Amino acid sequence: MSATGPERVELPYLQAASEALQDAQQRRNLANATTTIRAKRAAVTAEMSDWEGLRSAGKAIKAHALANLGHYLERLEASVTAAGGRVHWARDAVEANAVVRALVRATGTREVIKVKSMTTDEIGLNRALAEDGVQAIETDLAELIVQLAGEAPSHILVPAIHKNRAEIRSLFVRAFGLAPEALSDDPAELAGAARRYLRERFLATGVAVSGANFAVAETGSVIVVESEGNGRMCTTLPHTLISVMGIEKVLPRWRDLEVFLQLLPRSSTAERMNPYTSVWTGVHAGDGPQAFHLVLLDNGRSRTLADEIGRETLRCIRCSACLNVCPVYERVGGHAYGSVYPGPIGAILNPQLRDVRRDEALPYASTLCGACFEVCPVAIDIPRILVELRHRTVQRTRERSPLPVGSAEDAAMNAAARVFADHRRFEAAQRLARWGQAPFVRRGVIRSLPGPLAGWSAVRDLRPLPRQTFREWWRSREAAAGGHGGGSGDDA
Amino acid sequence: MDTGEGAATMPEDARSALLAAVRSATDAVRDADVDGAYEEVARDYRRHGEASVEARLELLCERLADYGVRVTRTSGGGVANAVAAWAAERTVRSWVVPPGLPDAWLARTRDVDVVPDDADPRALDAADAVVTGCAVAVAETGSIVLDAGPGQGRRAATLVPDAHLCVVRASQVVELVPEAIDVLTAAARSGRPLTWVSGPSATSDIELVRVAGVHGPRTLAVVLLEGA
Repeated sequence: MSATGPERVELPYLQAASEALQDAQQRRNLANATTTIRAKRAAVTAEMSDWEGLRSAGKAIKAHALANLGHYLERLEASVTAAGGRVHWARDAVEANAVVRALVRATGTREVIKVKSMTTDEIGLNRALAEDGVQAIETDLAELIVQLAGEAPSHILVPAIHKNRAEIRSLFVRAFGLAPEALSDDPAELAGAARRYLRERFLATGVAVSGANFAVAETGSVIVVESEGNGRMCTTLPHTLISVMGIEKVLPRWRDLEVFLQLLPRSSTAERMNPYTSVWTGVHAGDGPQAFHLVLLDNGRSRTLADEIGRETLRCIRCSACLNVCPVYERVGGHAYGSVYPGPIGAILNPQLRDVRRDEALPYASTLCGACFEVCPVAIDIPRILVELRHRTVQRTRERSPLPVGSAEDAAMNAAARVFADHRRFEAAQRLARWGQAPFVRRGVIRSLPGPLAGWSAVRDLRPLPRQTFREWWRSREAAAGGHGGGSGDDA
Repeated sequence: MDTGEGAATMPEDARSALLAAVRSATDAVRDADVDGAYEEVARDYRRHGEASVEARLELLCERLADYGVRVTRTSGGGVANAVAAWAAERTVRSWVVPPGLPDAWLARTRDVDVVPDDADPRALDAADAVVTGCAVAVAETGSIVLDAGPGQGRRAATLVPDAHLCVVRASQVVELVPEAIDVLTAAARSGRPLTWVSGPSATSDIELVRVAGVHGPRTLAVVLLEGA
């Protein structure tokens, strides 16, 4: 089996999305999964009479914590240190990996067990450990599946959502060295096989690496929320525990968990509560790891923190509710986004955290339907941020352009702005378009447009403009009624 | 790079550079009075349950049943019978008994070997079950919280054995998550480890089909002790 997965080849979004759309199996799996989880989430949030109050509090707590992040990070460091843990600071992926590698090397182990952690995926920790000959064993069932397949996760919460049971069975038969007839494709049996395979590793491995869902500055408590018990195993049994956490995960005080332990499970797994939540503080004598290291990772976060949409984006608690409601994600899947953070949140997080140019297409991977904003437990206005990021892309394109005048798109947008700004011009344009569209309407639909508009109609059919606009109809109605059409005459 | 334990921390400049970057990014928005600003966060959600005691216990039982947890309601000396019946039904031959668990709870259990809660993980793995109390239980979410207090044991003891029997006193049951967080404040501040358990371990990673029982105990059972 592969310890690290292959070097990830990240195609540009447009190309990756086009390829993903050809994968009928993945589209079926995704449609099933997202439909199921959407319905469950809707049910467990609807039963909470105070859901909107919790969302507002979640948003406000995160906004406060991020505005005062320096204060809370220092407080967290002091609390963790006082409880016998050690805090390390890493400005980027290279520094974070170096910290973890040095800690692992000092233990002399050849294997570490890992709890599903997007942050360690973000920094490519498994590959870095492999350079030292250390194998990182993913213990979350889905992460294990993805690791055995040598792939990348495709969903925040259900990383193997793109694989069905038959594919998983053949993976396990091969990786665990089982006789094909010894394992059916029943999910319970597949989970049992993984349990047997991993139990020995849990009992024997001395070093674990985890992420963290939250850390409380006031108390130094670190929190891992999970379902399978692999998180408890990794944070309890080994002698050494190394947790890598993005700096935006810090919460001010203990009582803040009363909000987030309600928001997160209902938004993410659509459960009233996830099966297991582990809370630990530094080192507990005689119970659990006797060495605890917390690695605080920046990696683009402090830069993102500098403006208002960046701070709003960093409120994200990685629940994945926005993925499950997104019509674009449901069709192209997670890999197309070329990052460990896919879906609507990925479309706004990646261009800010990483090199902007590389993720320039991502803010366009949306219909701006607004479903992601509605479900977001910390009320991140993703559509608004997408529009702002598109705006920035356009600005950068202008700056890059060698010509003094803007592109054809610019010219078209400027013309459109002039037309939309004045109702007489707008109505004249409507009349012109009504006349101009005639040659392209076939049986009530426009299937292809000429010239530069062809690209737009290549992927969608259009309804032609109606013979009469609403305003025209209203005026004719008023004229027929002798000027007493009711209404307040608000034709401003 | 030095591989000594002490060398793992990045040089001080990583810390100060990171903090300086954060401070400069938040220059325009950070509060002069951080604690005062924190207090202004609106908390417009339920913080105190309104259900009657009976309704609260009923809700807990219902939510636990949703997770596939069997609940036995009993009172007084009935707890010893309930514990003994559960052990007999599962033919438990050995179980982990943490220090501080009331002797009376085990008074009717016969012929079960006791594994100490500080046994090594392989010995815990060989035990058939674990029996504990808890710190608090949340009715609305069907959650039980262990805080390493008396009768709850080390974390590994409730994790490695394949079946967990938890005795919950009715007086430990709160209705809402915020009430449980409140109860746990002292434990959190004194740095005790907490484990929230809501049903047996589970996964939905394969086609979103829920499978109960992965790495944690595959069976969780609760004895609800009323009038206590």
